[in-house]
Amino acid sequence: MDASRRSLLRGLSATTALCLWDAPLKFAFAAVPGDRRLVVVILRGAVDGLAAVPPHGDKDYGSTRGQLALATDGATPLHDLDGMFGLHPALANMKMLYDAKQLIAFQNICSPYRDRSHFEGQNVLETGAAKPHAIGDGWLNRALTPMGLADSGHALAVAQTPPLLLTGPARATSWMPATLPTPDAAFLAQVKLLYAGDPALSRSLGDALALQSAAMIASDDPSDKKMGPGNNANLTPLFAGAGRLLAAEAGPRVAVLDISGWDTHINEGAGEGALARRLAALDGGLDALKTALGPAWNKTAIVMATEFGRTARPNGNGGTDHGTGGASFLLGGAVAGGHVRAEWTGLSTAALQDGRDQPARTDLRSLFKGLLAEHMGVPPSALNGNVFPDSAGAPAMTGLIRA
Amino acid sequence: MSLEGVLAVNRFGLGARPGEVEQASDNPKTWLTAQLGPAQQPVQADGTPFKSGAALVADLTAFRRERRDARKANDAQAAMAFNKQQRQVLLDEMSARFDLGFSTTRPFAERLVWFWTNHFTISTQGAGTASFAGAYEREAIRPFIAGKFEDMLLAVATHPAMLVYLNNAQSIGPDSLAGVVSRRGLNENFGRELMELYSLGVNGGYTQADVIALAKLLTGWSIDTGQPEGGGRIFRIAQFGRISDGDLRRDTGVSSGFRYFENRHEPGRVSLRGKTYPDGYAGGRAAIHDLAHDPATARFIAGKFAVHFISDTPPPESVTRLENIFRDTGGDLKALAVAVVEDPAAWTQGPGKMRPPVDYITATYRLLNLPQAQNAQRQTQGAMQACRLMGQFPMAAPSPKGWSDQSQDWSGPDAVLSRIAFARQLASRLPQNFAVGQVTQLADRALGSRLSAATRGVIAAAANAGEAMALLLSSSEFQRR
Repeated sequence: MDASRRSLLRGLSATTALCLWDAPLKFAFAAVPGDRRLVVVILRGAVDGLAAVPPHGDKDYGSTRGQLALATDGATPLHDLDGMFGLHPALANMKMLYDAKQLIAFQNICSPYRDRSHFEGQNVLETGAAKPHAIGDGWLNRALTPMGLADSGHALAVAQTPPLLLTGPARATSWMPATLPTPDAAFLAQVKLLYAGDPALSRSLGDALALQSAAMIASDDPSDKKMGPGNNANLTPLFAGAGRLLAAEAGPRVAVLDISGWDTHINEGAGEGALARRLAALDGGLDALKTALGPAWNKTAIVMATEFGRTARPNGNGGTDHGTGGASFLLGGAVAGGHVRAEWTGLSTAALQDGRDQPARTDLRSLFKGLLAEHMGVPPSALNGNVFPDSAGAPAMTGLIRA
Repeated sequence: MSLEGVLAVNRFGLGARPGEVEQASDNPKTWLTAQLGPAQQPVQADGTPFKSGAALVADLTAFRRERRDARKANDAQAAMAFNKQQRQVLLDEMSARFDLGFSTTRPFAERLVWFWTNHFTISTQGAGTASFAGAYEREAIRPFIAGKFEDMLLAVATHPAMLVYLNNAQSIGPDSLAGVVSRRGLNENFGRELMELYSLGVNGGYTQADVIALAKLLTGWSIDTGQPEGGGRIFRIAQFGRISDGDLRRDTGVSSGFRYFENRHEPGRVSLRGKTYPDGYAGGRAAIHDLAHDPATARFIAGKFAVHFISDTPPPESVTRLENIFRDTGGDLKALAVAVVEDPAAWTQGPGKMRPPVDYITATYRLLNLPQAQNAQRQTQGAMQACRLMGQFPMAAPSPKGWSDQSQDWSGPDAVLSRIAFARQLASRLPQNFAVGQVTQLADRALGSRLSAATRGVIAAAANAGEAMALLLSSSEFQRR
C-alpha cells in the first residue's frame, strides 16, 4: 500500500472512502443503453461549402469561383461524386465512404439563421431555435431524455467543458486527451469532500472520475497531449479518443467534437493551401474515429455541420466572406449513403442570395430531426416539441439511416 | 483584515500575494481606485523595453525583401529561421506578461488590461500575428485602461496586430487605383467584427450594407511597410498616397506601424448607419469616433464589464448604471472602473465566478510567491505550459470573440480535473520543511472569512504540507473569486 493510500484510510471514514467508488459503480451498472452511436461534429467558423462539396458540373462554377475553382484533373483533382457534385481533393477517406454508400453530402443547407455573425449563427446551430439566443441550452442535450440517455456519462463532449449544444438539463461529461498527470484516487476522494458545498464543481469532478475509472482511455501516447481543436494541426488524437470511448460497451453513446479553423477570409487556396490542410486534418480524424470504433462503426452515424456558408465568389484577398447556405455531411456505418442531397439552384448572380451567397434551400434542422428519429428513435412529439421548437417548417428528412 | 479586503484582492485583483489582503483591508475601494492610470509595461528579461509594433513591421518587411532579392534555394530554411525568431518574440513577450501578473502591486490595473485585451481580441492562432501580440497589448491597450474608450478603439483599429489579424491590411477598395491595377478587393472581416464584437454589439443596429460600408471606409488602413521597394506592385503604387506623419501625430490614439494608403482607399463618400462619411482617412476616423460614442456601444461595454467584475448574470440596474456613466462621460474608462468598484453588487459574499485558467494559475503563483529568483525562467515557463494544457493562453482565443467570461465554460469535468492535477503537481514541489500549519495560515491570510470551516478542516487534516497545499489550491474558495 502506498503512502497516499494509507493517508486516505487514516484521514477518512469508511463512508467517505466509499463515495469515491460510488460514481463508477453507478456508471457501470446503469441501464445498458441501445448500441447506436451518434457523433455531432461542429465545424466552427463557417466552412466554405462550395470548396468542400464543389458543384463542378454547374456551368457557372469556374467563372464564379475563379481562383478557388477546383478541377477534375491536374495535380490535386477533386473527387467526382455524381457528375454534378464532388468532394474536395483533401477528402480522400470521405470519398471512400461515399463509394461504400456510407456518406451523404448535403448542399444549399443552413440553419434558419440568415444574418452573418459567427456567434449568432453558432448559437442558432447549437440551440436548435429559430433565432439567436431564444433558448438557453442545446438541442442535443434536450434530445438525450427521449433517447433514454439522460443519465450521467452517456453524452460526451470532446472538450474541456461541454459546448452549448450539449448544455442543458441532462448530464453531459467532457474529455480531452490526457494532459497533466491525473492525481491518485485517494487525493481525489479528499477533493470531493471540498466540493460538498459547490454543486457545479462537485458534479464536474464526479463526471470526470466516472469517465476516467471506466478506464476506457488509457492512452499514454505522448502525441495525444499536444493538440487542441483550435490548433491547425493533427486532429487524430481527438477523434481517436472519442472513438475509443464510444466503442466501449458501457461508454457514451453520443459525442460532440468541436473543430474550429474554417474562417477563411484570406488565401483560402483551392486544391492546396490553408483550407485544404484543414480539410485533410478533418478527413484524417474521421478515419481515426472509424478505426477506433471498430465493430461499433456499423452502429454509428456522424453528422457534421457549420453555422453558415460563405460567399460564392472570392473576396479581394483570395478568401471568402461570411455567407448563407453551405454544405453538410452525414456519414457512418449506419448511414444509407452514396448520394448527394441538394436543391440546387445554380450559381448565376440571380440565383445567389443577395447576389453574393450560396442560398439555403434546406433547413439543417430537417437533417438533425431525421437523424434523431431514424437513428436514435426520438419520437416526433419530442422532435417538434422541446428539441426543435418552432420547426414545423422543417420536416424531418427520411431515408438517412439503413433499415 | 476584512472581508472587503479579501474581495478587493480576489474579485478585482489577481489573488493575494503575501501581505496583500492586509494592505487592501484598510480601505479596499481606495486601494483599488488608486491603481487606476496607464498600466505597467512588461519589459525584457534584461530590463530593456520590447520592440515597438513599427519595429516589428520593419523586421517583417526587411525579411520579405531579403527573401525576394535572394531568390535562393535556402528560402525555406530562412523562412523557418524567421518564424522561429517570431515565435521567440511571442514567448518572451508572454513570459514577461505572466511575470508582471505574478508580481504586480497594481493587480486591478492588470485585470483591466486583461479584460480589454480580451474584449479587443487578436489571436496568435491567426496567421502572421504572433510577433505583434505583445506590442498590441503594450501599445493599444495598456496606455488607455484609465483613458478614453475612443482612444483605445483607434489604437486597436490602427495597430499592425489587428490590421493583420482581421485582414484589413489587405483590404483594398475595388475602385481604388491599387484595386483597379491589382484586381484585388474588399475584405469584410474587420468591418464586421469592429461593430459586432468591439463596439456596438451584435444587436447594436447595423446591416450587411453597413458592414460593407465600414469595410470601405477602412480601406487603406494598413501597416507601414517602409521602403518603396518593400512589397510589390501595390505597395509601390500606394507609396504616393502616404499621409504625412504630422496628420497622424495629431491623432492621439494612432498606433506605431500604422499607415494609411490613399491609393488603396475606396474613393467616394460612404453612407454608414444612415450617416454620410467623407472620402479618405477622415471618413474612417469619423466612423471610429461615432462608433465609440454610440449608445449601443455604452450598453454593450457596460454589460461585458458587469459580467466580468460582478457576476455571470449581473443585476440589470448595475448594467444600467455603468451604461449611463460610460455614455455620460464620453467613454471615460477610469470613471467606468471606479463605478464598478463602487457598485454594491460587486461586493456580495456569494461564491463568485470561476477563475479562468490564466487567472487561476496566476493566483497560485501569487499565493506561493513564485517564481523564485533562482528558478524564475523555468517556473514561468511551467505556468505558461499549464495554461496551454488547460485550454487557455493569453491572446490565443479560437476566434475574435475572445475567451469566454462565463463560469460554466471553465468548470466542465475535464477543466476541473486538470486544475486539480495542476494543484497536485505544483504542491508536490513544496520544500520538505513546510508544515500543514503553514498552509492553513497561508489560506487564512489569502481567503480570510471566505474560507469555509469545512474546507479549512479538510486542509488541516491533510497528511502533509504538500497534500494540504494541493487541497487549498483545489478548493472551491480558491478557484472562485
